[in-house]
Amino acid sequence: MDKTPNQKAWFLVLPVLVLVAFSAVIPLMTVVNYSVQDTFGDNEFFWAGLEWFEEMLGSDRLWNALGRQVMFSAIILAIQVPLGIFIALNMPKKGFWASVCLVLMSLPLLIPFNVVGTIWQIFGRVDIGLLGHTLAALGLDYNYTNDAFDAWATIIVMDVWHWTSLIALLCYAGLQSIPQAYYQAAKIDQASRWKVFRYIELPKMRGVLLIAVLLRFMDSFMIYTEPFVVTGGGPGNATTFLSIDLVKMAVGQFDLGPAAAFSIMYFLVILLVSWVFYTVMTNLDKEEVR
Amino acid sequence: MARITLSNLAHSYFPDPKGEADYALKEMDHVWEDGGAYALLGSSGCGKTTLLNIISGLVRPSQGRVLFGDRDVTDAATSDRNIAQVFQFPVVYDTMTVRDNLAFPLRNRGMDPAYVASRVNQIARMIGMEAELGRKARGLTADAKQKISLGRGMVREDVNAILFDEPLTVIDPHMKWELRTQLKSLHREFGHTMIYVTHDQTEALTFADRVVVMYDGRVVQMGTPQDLFDTPEHTFVGYFIGSPGMNLLEARVEGNRATVAGVSLPLGADYGAPRGRVQIGIRPEFVSLTAAEGLPVTIRRIEDVGRHRIVRADFNGTGINAVVGEGTALSPDMTRLAFSPEHIGVYADDWRVSPQGSRAGRAA
Repeated sequence: MDKTPNQKAWFLVLPVLVLVAFSAVIPLMTVVNYSVQDTFGDNEFFWAGLEWFEEMLGSDRLWNALGRQVMFSAIILAIQVPLGIFIALNMPKKGFWASVCLVLMSLPLLIPFNVVGTIWQIFGRVDIGLLGHTLAALGLDYNYTNDAFDAWATIIVMDVWHWTSLIALLCYAGLQSIPQAYYQAAKIDQASRWKVFRYIELPKMRGVLLIAVLLRFMDSFMIYTEPFVVTGGGPGNATTFLSIDLVKMAVGQFDLGPAAAFSIMYFLVILLVSWVFYTVMTNLDKEEVR
Repeated sequence: MARITLSNLAHSYFPDPKGEADYALKEMDHVWEDGGAYALLGSSGCGKTTLLNIISGLVRPSQGRVLFGDRDVTDAATSDRNIAQVFQFPVVYDTMTVRDNLAFPLRNRGMDPAYVASRVNQIARMIGMEAELGRKARGLTADAKQKISLGRGMVREDVNAILFDEPLTVIDPHMKWELRTQLKSLHREFGHTMIYVTHDQTEALTFADRVVVMYDGRVVQMGTPQDLFDTPEHTFVGYFIGSPGMNLLEARVEGNRATVAGVSLPLGADYGAPRGRVQIGIRPEFVSLTAAEGLPVTIRRIEDVGRHRIVRADFNGTGINAVVGEGTALSPDMTRLAFSPEHIGVYADDWRVSPQGSRAGRAA
């Protein structure tokens, strides 16, 4: 087939190029720019090379925040994924109650992050919060403002409350798409409930679960607003996750150079983990077909 | 293995059925003999699948009982009925290998591993999938998957019945013949009761010893393929079985003569004076083209289908078909259709009327 060369077609991709340039490339380059320079104010910058990167890699602060972050993501995935699947399996399949459940499940997802933080911040307070006061009345020594374990527990429960619905709803959608014949065949084959889950439901939910885990990993790895509102990163540094630490460094201390180096490494970690995750999952898929 | 009895059975998908129209299955009493090969034939939406699902226990009937042998299984769960069922679309366990798929129903019943292995190999040979046994079922073609479904349906030897719900819909035509033949030989070998749902008459007639024709939620006839051809009990059977189906003409019947639009025709027997909407039915195979006697018609076209020719004629706006042998000479002056009297059936309100003096015949 003969193609007519028409270089004007390049103009058609221009809007996208401009959009991506302004939304991603230019901001990222600014950060790169900061990360290799030092400034003493007055808009004067000096070339610093990789010094900030070396400094950040050698500092305990970054490694500690990263450690807390990894632990946080691991814990909430370990809770939310099985819980979400469990909820999806037990939701009504159709009728009035199915709609009620869907609305109830979507509610937490619709609440703005800082409102979620505020709700739990008040909910957990020992003096006036329903949760905190009840726990205290039960004789539990609960206080998220000065006990690291309590602070972690509060933030994890809050995140589970906020985001388990997402996994449940995605899994529910996956379950709804399974043709009835599969369940009928399983009955005829005398498969147990566990086998129905293991060999029918789980494989059919695989695609949505992959998306759900990826979304929850990325979101939890970047969590900022809710712990910032509830604990402000404390007590001490107990709940200072990566982005909270980053903001402290960049906006609080105004250490632009180290903060920029920090951001770039943070970004690369997320990129790397997501890429590894995606590659492993798609390869597993291919292997099964073979 | 067991005889299946449907007693006073009816089913409606409405929780509170008002009239007969609300019933997907109208009241019926039937016995399916142990070891029979039955085909359940009918057009889409006539209740075939509902009936099948009632037998397998996936649907609980609104009224009536289902008996396997002497045991009432109406309220028994599917897994307690010891039944195998193959569905219209392939159902395979994607993450399992073909071998594990075939072994699944046996392993779930705790069968001996050595027996499972040999039985799986036997079935794999039958469905022609020995080479793929170690493969994952995911990624196989639709007809390979359906062969696995069939295999899973047949892998258990002790089942009460094997139910097939239009299992060959997704299979290639040449493979259809092969699988149907294998089902047939399997039936001969093990003597399972088999019920095969289809809307394809060729499939039904080649597979089954007895064909059960359903129409509008009712079993209209249960008989051998020959019965269905010779004495259709309902106009639907006449029309549905045969290619082309039976010709039906509005008529007035008195004794052994029928009058069709003023033309008087002899009948093979005395039918008295049937009431209601009376029709006569004649298979195209027993209609002949003549110059002198019979109904005057307009010939629309003649189709040569190889073994014979089909004459499409028009009589007062009603189509009549005739099958003419390859050797028979046709000439332009042959514009009349003659019916062989002993092959004419009389129908009142769609049901066959028995000739007077023979035993009464509504075979519902």
